Amino acid sequence: MTSKPATSPFARGDITNFAVLMTLAFLVIPLTIPNGYWYSSILIPWLCLALAAIGQQIVMGYAGQLALGAAGFMAAGAFACFNIELRIPWMPFGGSLILSGLIAAAFGVLFGLPSLRVRGIYLMVATLASQFFIIWMIDKFGWFKNYDTSGIITAQDIVIFGYAFTAPLQMYLVVLVVVTLLTILAINMTRGSVGRNWMAVRDMDIAAESMGISLLRTKLQAFAISAFYCGVAGALFAFTYLKSLEPVAFDIKLSFQILFMVILGGLGTISGAFIGAAFILLFPVVLNTVGNVWFHGMVDATVISAVEQVVFGALIILFLIYEPLGMAKLWENIRARMRSRSVPKAEVPRQQAS
Amino acid sequence: MIEVLFFFEVVLAGLLAGTMYSLVALGFVLIYKASSTFNFAQGAMVFFAVLSFVGFMEQGIPFAAAFVLTVLLMIAVGFATERLVLKPLVNQSEDTLLMATIGLAFVLQGLAQAVWGVEVRRLDLGVGDFPIPWIADNLGLFVSALDVMAGVVAATLIVILALMFKYTKMGLGLRAVADDPGAAASIGIPLKNIMLLVWSAAGFVALVAGMMWGARAGVQFALVDLALKALPVLIIGGFSSIPGAIVGGLIIGVVEKVLEVYVGPSFGGGIEGWAPFVLAIFFLLWRPEGLFGEKIIRRV
Amino acid sequence: MMQARNFPIGAPVLEVKNISLRFGGVKAITDTSFTVYKHEIRAIIGPNGAGKSSLLNCINGIYKPQEGKIAFKGRVLDQISPNIVARQGISRTFQNLALFKRMSVIDNILVGRKLHMSANFMEVAFQLPKARAEEKANRARCEEIVEFLEITDIRDTPVGKLPYGLQKKVELGRALATEADVLLLDEPMAGMNVEEKREMCRFILKVNDELGTTVVLIEHDMGVVMDISDAVVVLDYGKVIADGPPDTVRSNQDVIDAYLGVAHD
Repeated sequence: MTSKPATSPFARGDITNFAVLMTLAFLVIPLTIPNGYWYSSILIPWLCLALAAIGQQIVMGYAGQLALGAAGFMAAGAFACFNIELRIPWMPFGGSLILSGLIAAAFGVLFGLPSLRVRGIYLMVATLASQFFIIWMIDKFGWFKNYDTSGIITAQDIVIFGYAFTAPLQMYLVVLVVVTLLTILAINMTRGSVGRNWMAVRDMDIAAESMGISLLRTKLQAFAISAFYCGVAGALFAFTYLKSLEPVAFDIKLSFQILFMVILGGLGTISGAFIGAAFILLFPVVLNTVGNVWFHGMVDATVISAVEQVVFGALIILFLIYEPLGMAKLWENIRARMRSRSVPKAEVPRQQAS
Repeated sequence: MIEVLFFFEVVLAGLLAGTMYSLVALGFVLIYKASSTFNFAQGAMVFFAVLSFVGFMEQGIPFAAAFVLTVLLMIAVGFATERLVLKPLVNQSEDTLLMATIGLAFVLQGLAQAVWGVEVRRLDLGVGDFPIPWIADNLGLFVSALDVMAGVVAATLIVILALMFKYTKMGLGLRAVADDPGAAASIGIPLKNIMLLVWSAAGFVALVAGMMWGARAGVQFALVDLALKALPVLIIGGFSSIPGAIVGGLIIGVVEKVLEVYVGPSFGGGIEGWAPFVLAIFFLLWRPEGLFGEKIIRRV
Repeated sequence: MMQARNFPIGAPVLEVKNISLRFGGVKAITDTSFTVYKHEIRAIIGPNGAGKSSLLNCINGIYKPQEGKIAFKGRVLDQISPNIVARQGISRTFQNLALFKRMSVIDNILVGRKLHMSANFMEVAFQLPKARAEEKANRARCEEIVEFLEITDIRDTPVGKLPYGLQKKVELGRALATEADVLLLDEPMAGMNVEEKREMCRFILKVNDELGTTVVLIEHDMGVVMDISDAVVVLDYGKVIADGPPDTVRSNQDVIDAYLGVAHD
């Protein structure tokens, strides 16, 4: 282990990684992938869901509150964005996104209130209420859908400085900028005092309180920020991926998917949100391809989706048993092993010596 | 007078629907009492059991044999769960176990669909979903025969389980385990057998619940979502109490029906989807341990 | 023992007045009073189940006593919760380790700096100058504590993976990081061997001597208690049976009876 500078939570390697990732995302990918499919079916939904997973990660992985309602907050964000764009025409898109996130955050605080008294499955049931209630509310009050009776509303075009971002690559860039920005903020929070307070509450709430941490403030803050991330993710998801707004797109299945992303990706890591989202999104694609290529479409699509559920469920159990810190930790272990193999043994810095 | 009768009908329908929730919640309580595990997969077990049962019948296996076969299957599921999921996770936090049972739920519902397909099945138990003529004629109440049967079956099952719990040797062992697993093991109560028995019993309850639900709403995936409502039932009743599961189920059944009929129309309906959960939140704020649960005192 | 101290014992800082605590029908503490003076090391001793930890938990605000008052620096706190008490300048360790298991040693100690850090989440998220400056300053302070406790080599290890003795040390470090006026230490030396105990005593005395921190500690090892404490309170069955300097307490007949297990009337 290289010794970290004592005054900052960031290591030099982080900055290199960041530079590589940014070059890849903003330059290499746009220059090498001309195919719209990759943007609109893989990269855009991946980034949107990863953002929602960061939200889930904050409340569950960091603050340790077992919440199951991310999709509800996504729906709140998506429909908030639709209505802001519709009713406040002068609002810039960035402003609409922030407002949507804030509206979702308000719901987050409201349904996070039970976390002050309960935990575990009790809290999960309370957050399920938000999932069902928000979807129902949007569905039953016509105002949210601008009294559209068809049930499916087309999302407005994203217009920034008078320029419409409608092509897959353009929308990818919009999503990429927002997700990058929010990811950096999330990393800053989780590595700073804010994240330490969350984790302290997660690991031992009474000790955290005895150090002067207010459980009320810390938990509600985590719920609010988490819902903000989900809200923005939901708005982006609806405007760049679905390109429409329908409450059923945000049903409990999506909440479960986001839950799985953070458990499989690795609880309490931001990278886990991205890895988990990629896995949950790509695995079905791979499975479908395998079904088509190997079995020539003989296997029914419903069977494939059923197999998918079995695999996800089984993986959750396996990871909880063998690697509770998820794929992010697995990846770290593999890299550490490769590094130690490439470096002659005598040069491996010993962890104990210093 | 008509209104009063109608109100009674609504309440009765709610009570009968509530027994169904109680049945799902009951399986949950059994496992929680024995192992302090929140078995999120109970709803998936309901679906898995009844879909397998209908599947066996479709293969030409007679009713009774299919029933026995499914019970054996559920015992196998319980055994596998105990061995493959719970044993490796022993001494883990409650949250970890809960997440593991969420995984288990997906394995079970996926398996069931992969093997038997996803189309909606009808399940005919010989009793139709129509008003009982005698009651309709004499009392002016329209009560579904199927609902009544489901209520009777649920009540019988609950009584049997309560008696077993109280009077058999196994039940005694179970209570000892629930009180203090370590002490129970040290005086020679075989923990593993108890767990197996409990999971089998939960599987059996799941099958019965699934048959009642299936006969009413068709055997389909929606049962899993329906079974989610057992969670607010448990919060209201208390996770460790059999009477709690029953009363909680009845409360949820009645409240959601009454709200749906009298309040729902002004909001365009559909409030029974979330009303039980919101009701549960209020209970959490008022009495987190549930109506029948033991008060939790946190010691440091 | 009483040679020139940097911080001579001063005015009352923590006054426990007629505290009674019941769990259901079980009396944990009955009408207990004592006073802790500024800069002293005060030991609370007594047989198992005498109510020592419950007493600390009352002072700390985890338990709410049914009767009685606790005054800190002359002010009675009418609304007591652990986080309010912490803000008043009282920090503590726990009998059964209450560390943040998945966090590293240094992060655990940094949580102790919570009340010295005031940047809000926006300032931290955007890494504004205030957040960066306070993070830097507080990290530096924690590194000092890590060095003081001689645990530099494990600073990045998740505490859950450390042996018991080291965890006890980290917990002391976290309490020290708060720079509270009063430290409540609940059996800081439990489960340690003689050498580890000696080391721990050295730390406690050093903190008291160099920073003037008032220390209230629960301890079973009578040798340790007699060695380092200025005054001793003895509890038995939730009641104070003796209170005074170590030598007086040692020769008190009630204390001897309690420890030898003489039957109560």
